Amino acid sequence: MKRQLKAINDWVDHRTGLPTAIQTFLYEDIPASAGWHQVFGSVAMFLFLIQAFTGALLAFNYAPTPGDAYNSLRYILTEVTAGRLMRGLHHWGASMMIVVVVLHMVQVFLYGAYKKPRETTWMVGVLLLLLTLAYGLTGYLLPWDNRAYWGTVVTTRIAAQAPLLGSYLTRLLGGEDSIGVVTFARFFGMHVLLLPPATALLIGIHVYLVRKHGVAPAPGDEVLPTRKFYPQQVLKDTVAIFIAFAILFLMAVAVRVPLEQLADPTDTSYIPRPEWYFLFLFQTLKLFSGPLEVVGSTVLPGLAVLLLILVPFIDRSAMIKVTRRTFAAAVVLLAAIGWGGLTAAAVLTTPPEARQAAIDYSEPTEWMQLSPEEMAGVGYFRAENCASCHSLTEGTTGIGPDLTRTASHRTAAWMIQHFKSPAGVRPGSSMPPIQLSDSQLNTLAAFLLKLNPDNATTLSNTPDFAIQGALVYQARGCSDCHVVNGAGTEVGPSLNGLAKRRTRSWVEEHFDDPPKLSPGSVMPAYKFPQKDLDSLVTYLFSLPE
Amino acid sequence: MDQTPRASSPQQGLPPTRRNFSAIAIHGIWAVIVAALGLPAAGYLLIPAKFRRKNDFVEAGDISQLSPQAPLELAFRRNRVDGWRVVSEKSTAWVVKFPDNSVVAYAPQCTHLGCAYHWDQRRTHFVCPCHNSVFSLDGKVQEGPAPRPLDRYQTKIEGNKLLLGPVQQTPSQTV
Repeated sequence: MKRQLKAINDWVDHRTGLPTAIQTFLYEDIPASAGWHQVFGSVAMFLFLIQAFTGALLAFNYAPTPGDAYNSLRYILTEVTAGRLMRGLHHWGASMMIVVVVLHMVQVFLYGAYKKPRETTWMVGVLLLLLTLAYGLTGYLLPWDNRAYWGTVVTTRIAAQAPLLGSYLTRLLGGEDSIGVVTFARFFGMHVLLLPPATALLIGIHVYLVRKHGVAPAPGDEVLPTRKFYPQQVLKDTVAIFIAFAILFLMAVAVRVPLEQLADPTDTSYIPRPEWYFLFLFQTLKLFSGPLEVVGSTVLPGLAVLLLILVPFIDRSAMIKVTRRTFAAAVVLLAAIGWGGLTAAAVLTTPPEARQAAIDYSEPTEWMQLSPEEMAGVGYFRAENCASCHSLTEGTTGIGPDLTRTASHRTAAWMIQHFKSPAGVRPGSSMPPIQLSDSQLNTLAAFLLKLNPDNATTLSNTPDFAIQGALVYQARGCSDCHVVNGAGTEVGPSLNGLAKRRTRSWVEEHFDDPPKLSPGSVMPAYKFPQKDLDSLVTYLFSLPE
Repeated sequence: MDQTPRASSPQQGLPPTRRNFSAIAIHGIWAVIVAALGLPAAGYLLIPAKFRRKNDFVEAGDISQLSPQAPLELAFRRNRVDGWRVVSEKSTAWVVKFPDNSVVAYAPQCTHLGCAYHWDQRRTHFVCPCHNSVFSLDGKVQEGPAPRPLDRYQTKIEGNKLLLGPVQQTPSQTV
């Protein structure tokens, strides 16, 4: 067996030279000082592979046009097995890649590893950093939700401000008149067709240069014997990669990546914010106004990139110990403080409503089609802890029967009787009577009649704000005069799509004195406790069109 | 990476047990990473998506116009779940009324490779033009490479209206 394997290996080696090449690669000499601080490059390359892999998988179920992008992503998130995991890995992988690439750069900078003869390695590295940011910029548009749309509006406007090149850049990005199909095609094309091969090529050159010049030695390494890349440094790299992967995987599973509502160019209330790693640029822009704005948007960032590329030519002194490179450490510290300060300022000045979207469209949203009465029923179902005995998820059984299969065979009247006196209607039942008023029991029955195995989980993920709002709506009898999702009496206007027609403050003021804002209105004034008002308005604003 | 260290690299200066430990750890960690990515990826690509939207029954036409033993091709519009979309598209069905008044609706594709077959009035059987599969009036394969009888729509009859549901495969014929 062993001899056959060796024969195969020899054959492959003779015909391709691959085994020898791998040997040469693994048994590369590295300086004695090499260690944990040099793992970041390998981790960055690993994360690039993760992005390529998850990106290709996402593309298998994704349609890159404004008409379909959003729905196909929702399909990935809500219907495709492990779709949420793949998107989570891709989303958080992007953030993590920025972090690791910057850490890699900081390490090289602190150690002065960019010095002669490694200047080109550094410069190619800076280009790779720019490519990484370009992925973030172009990928941001692809979900085609409100966040993506408005973020890209701002990006293309900034590109338009670039001195001399502005109008050409805008044309190149396809954002001349507005963000549309052309912009989308350009961003997608860049993200998946142009950037990946460019990155692969530059990584190839980068690694070739690292190998050509060898891993940068520290002062004192010349007198120590060199070591081999394999196995010790490979193990360190592998452990670092594993830590990065474990963190990424946990984030992809545990931290939900939201999907906002479909991109809406007419939404005037939307407050766009860039991805976290661009917040410092966003904040820099605010420091400049009027004709100086271009300084913050393009001149300063441009100069910063130029400075970064020229680092090896600015600092040409001889290699010294990392502990004595106090100036470099001061530069890194200053940059970190500047970046951190700007980012913190941007976060602090972000209005709370821009930070948290009310509705997560990455979950099924069947609950949005419920009438207020049915939705309030979900509220009572939760408040009465019905789920502790009646399971709503398929395949699990509780003490009581599976309501998704049995409830629809009953009538509302039977159910209400049963709620009041379970054992009276079904002798032997151990269910306690439900202490709710008749109208509340009616509401609960309305929800249960709507229940089936297909919608049970989607109905049980109705967000709390909607339930609280629907409870207020029911309690105040709003449906006596308004229609929501087809239920109610149409004396006043239908409330579906209210968010499109009115602002929050208009609606809140309208409750105080309806005829003042809509002359001729017969609606009485309503005074709500603040909490109820918030719930009700948030609920009304979430209603579909 | 699968190379066993060569005898020609003794300058490693590491005791063999430590070298072995490193090699096992490296391979082990990569195996975990590949599995953690590969298994979900396989599920992502191979497990069918959950169809939360079902194909409903649609009205295909009037069966009072059918005469027994004479198949009729009915065209109708139906909504089909296509990935993230529901598309409204034209579909057809070959509908046969039998002497006992039962009605069967065949899906319009040959069970061999999916070509559209037609009814040969003179010889009273269905013929597929691609590879000459021949099906009898009751859908059974009579000649040719077709592996199983014609697939049937689930049917419901309300008055004179024929309602068609999802297509069901007829299990392969045992002759």
